[in-house]
Amino acid sequence: MIRIEPRNAPTRLLTLGVPVLSALVALALAAVPLAFAGADVAAAYGEMVNGVFGSVFAFSEMLTRATPLIFTGLAAALAFRARLWNIGAEGQLYLGAMAAVAIGAGAVDAPGIVLVPLIVVLGAAAGAAGMAVPTLLKTRFGADEVVTTLLLNFVILIFVQMMLEGALKDPMGLGWPQSAPILDQGMLPTLIERMRVHSGLVIALIAAGVAQFMLARSVWGFRLRAVGENAAAARHAGIRVNRTLFSVAVVSGGLAGLAGVSEVAGLKGYLTADLSPGFGYTGIVVAMLAGLSPAGVVIAALFIASVFVGADSMSRAIGVSSYLADLVVSMSLLCVLIGGFFARFKLVRSGRVAA
Amino acid sequence: MTSPRVLSLNALSKRFGSVVANDAVSLDLHRGEVLALLGENGAGKTTLMNMLFGHYMPDSGGIDVYENGQPQPLTLGHPQAALAAGIGMVHQHFALAENLTALDNISLGSEPLFALRRSRDRVRAKVQGIMDRSGLNAPLNVPVGHLSVGERQRVEILKALYHDARILVLDEPTAVLTPQEADALFDNIGAMTRDGLSVIFISHKLREVLAFSHRIAVLRHGVKVGEMVTADADERAIARMMVGADTPVTAREPMRPGAPVLTLADVTVTARSARDSLQNANLTVHAHEVLGIAGVSGNGQSALAGVISGLLRPTGGSISVDGRTIAHPDPLAMIGAGVGRIPEDRHHDGIVGSMSVAENMVIERLDDPQVQRHGLLNRDAIAQNGQALSQSYDVRGPGIESPARLLSGGNIQKLILARVFEQSPRLILANQPTRGLDMGAAAEVGRRLLAARARGAGVLLISEDLDEILGLADRIVVIHDGKLVEVATRDREEIGLKMAGEPA
Repeated sequence: MIRIEPRNAPTRLLTLGVPVLSALVALALAAVPLAFAGADVAAAYGEMVNGVFGSVFAFSEMLTRATPLIFTGLAAALAFRARLWNIGAEGQLYLGAMAAVAIGAGAVDAPGIVLVPLIVVLGAAAGAAGMAVPTLLKTRFGADEVVTTLLLNFVILIFVQMMLEGALKDPMGLGWPQSAPILDQGMLPTLIERMRVHSGLVIALIAAGVAQFMLARSVWGFRLRAVGENAAAARHAGIRVNRTLFSVAVVSGGLAGLAGVSEVAGLKGYLTADLSPGFGYTGIVVAMLAGLSPAGVVIAALFIASVFVGADSMSRAIGVSSYLADLVVSMSLLCVLIGGFFARFKLVRSGRVAA
Repeated sequence: MTSPRVLSLNALSKRFGSVVANDAVSLDLHRGEVLALLGENGAGKTTLMNMLFGHYMPDSGGIDVYENGQPQPLTLGHPQAALAAGIGMVHQHFALAENLTALDNISLGSEPLFALRRSRDRVRAKVQGIMDRSGLNAPLNVPVGHLSVGERQRVEILKALYHDARILVLDEPTAVLTPQEADALFDNIGAMTRDGLSVIFISHKLREVLAFSHRIAVLRHGVKVGEMVTADADERAIARMMVGADTPVTAREPMRPGAPVLTLADVTVTARSARDSLQNANLTVHAHEVLGIAGVSGNGQSALAGVISGLLRPTGGSISVDGRTIAHPDPLAMIGAGVGRIPEDRHHDGIVGSMSVAENMVIERLDDPQVQRHGLLNRDAIAQNGQALSQSYDVRGPGIESPARLLSGGNIQKLILARVFEQSPRLILANQPTRGLDMGAAAEVGRRLLAARARGAGVLLISEDLDEILGLADRIVVIHDGKLVEVATRDREEIGLKMAGEPA
């Protein structure tokens, strides 16, 4: 007979070990469908590792893929810490991207030193607005933000498609539904010559560092944690719960908006309706794998990006579908949820005890 | 005791890590007997009862339940087995589904999951029978969320009896009841024991233990230190046995009240249910004064406390602290005006369990320049403050950096006291400050409140424990049905009648 008992406090080893173990288990489980697909499992995994660490280019591609995931992962991690369930990072990402092309593709003609910060700030502001609205609906009317943020993703995407057929459509685009490109001086500079990895990564890392610092060391972070962990006690202690939630929403939405800015102004140059392959949703997995810690988000984003880039390379080399990456990502979320349970509870063997 | 045995606990031991919660505790219970289990907080009473009920697995020892005089070993660690053996437990924190009616709560878990037709009439008839025999009455058709604490407790007991309990364990049953309600509860218990029920009740209150139990067992530090027949016991001896020394008596020096520190003028709170309402409440608390609010739970105490702590905006009337009217009462405004608040539910409203002890000690003063500079926490100052307060208020636990939820109930209350008293508040709102605390910790709370009064603070003490109010309060106001009435008498009976709403 096995019983479940809560642990007093999860140990440091467990908090760190569970996500790492979850990631490894998810990778191991992926071997099963790989084998069913008739692939040589060892060779496939070798190809995956090679696709990430095999060359500077491969590694830089992984970093490029990790950049938006760090932003959306931070957006989810901070909001979730405050028990504000922002499932709308995908939509906020598009709002940020839309703001970036609206300003950067010729509307404002300024030197890069002005234009780049303007794009970054207004893109973040657009994302922030995208989360501020559902949060106000929550604090004012009690509308469940899980529902509103999730559904807004689709509303925003359709709005993007409308804009790409209308106001934002590139007149030189040969009729394709895409925006005009961002002016050259408005682009985030690349970090290494002839490679795609761009300074959005630097902004993402700074954002993670600042978030980590603010969460632990600032009054804002204190309020955020208190509201998330016991809103009733926070309110009793004089913390303005709704105001705190609103500030968290602005920061979370802003970070998601930056993911869009960084994809458009760092990588693609123009906006299409398939800019994001679900970075907003994957950000939730990143945040969960990271145990909602901003520093952990960076590591989790690098892992998830490695899986995606490695799986792409594997599929090119041995012809296995790259959907395997989605499988690994979803399984690592399941594993971390199960692992989180074991971090909080322990199994105790029980039976009759001899007197 | 000549009646046959129904239960024996044989040398039960339980350790939690390095803490020995129970060390070879043995206990017998006879048919129709009321056994009082006494001991300070952390003495191991609840652990022992949780092993009996199958919530915890003992490390060693066994339990026998007697069936027709024959001992039957109880399968340990299985609440289902305990239930089947006729053991019922009413916890301090009730386990009721608030959105279901009392009747549904009572029958919950005893009906087959896929029954085509629920035999509510049969359930109702059985419950009615139990109510008639025991005198325990509760409205059966009202969702439990709308019932008072006393009524909820009766529902819990009815639930245990409905499941044919022969042995009933009550964990601090009177902590939330008025004297009359408590007396009624013990009357009901008396009726039930005459029917053959055996009762173990856990308590801190010597008066009721002496008045209503047949036998007393005392635990200290997980060891049974004494057992006696109640008729031969005296209060002082038991108290000494519980704490290992004579209990300190809180002495209340007479004091001349100063200027008013809190004035409520015609404060009205309109709520859907009467128990959350307040009708034209007028109240003045002076400096150097403890004002006690006596009342049965659910008569507007939570509305009164809500208004003074700033959580509840009154629909009418005005509040002033230290002569200044609070225009927009909210928690921040009340803290700013010098109101220290000790909340009723210290786990839910008092602390953020996963944040550290030190952080919980500064949570009400995040704008204080000692705690923060330019929006950044001054972590050294927070740690020093935590260290100093833990020492001066004797907050014991695994350390100031560990989560506050790891502290015991008494130590959580000390944390809150430290946080409140350290700010030298003008007014202290103490809502049920000793609920669930052991004698030592409760006496400490009383001493701190009286020390604040001596310093010149006013204290508004809301308590359902009349003994506590009689011991600490300079003036007594009874709250009934959302209305406040000051009483001049200090006679238990008379105050009790007022609490029940009888015109004196």
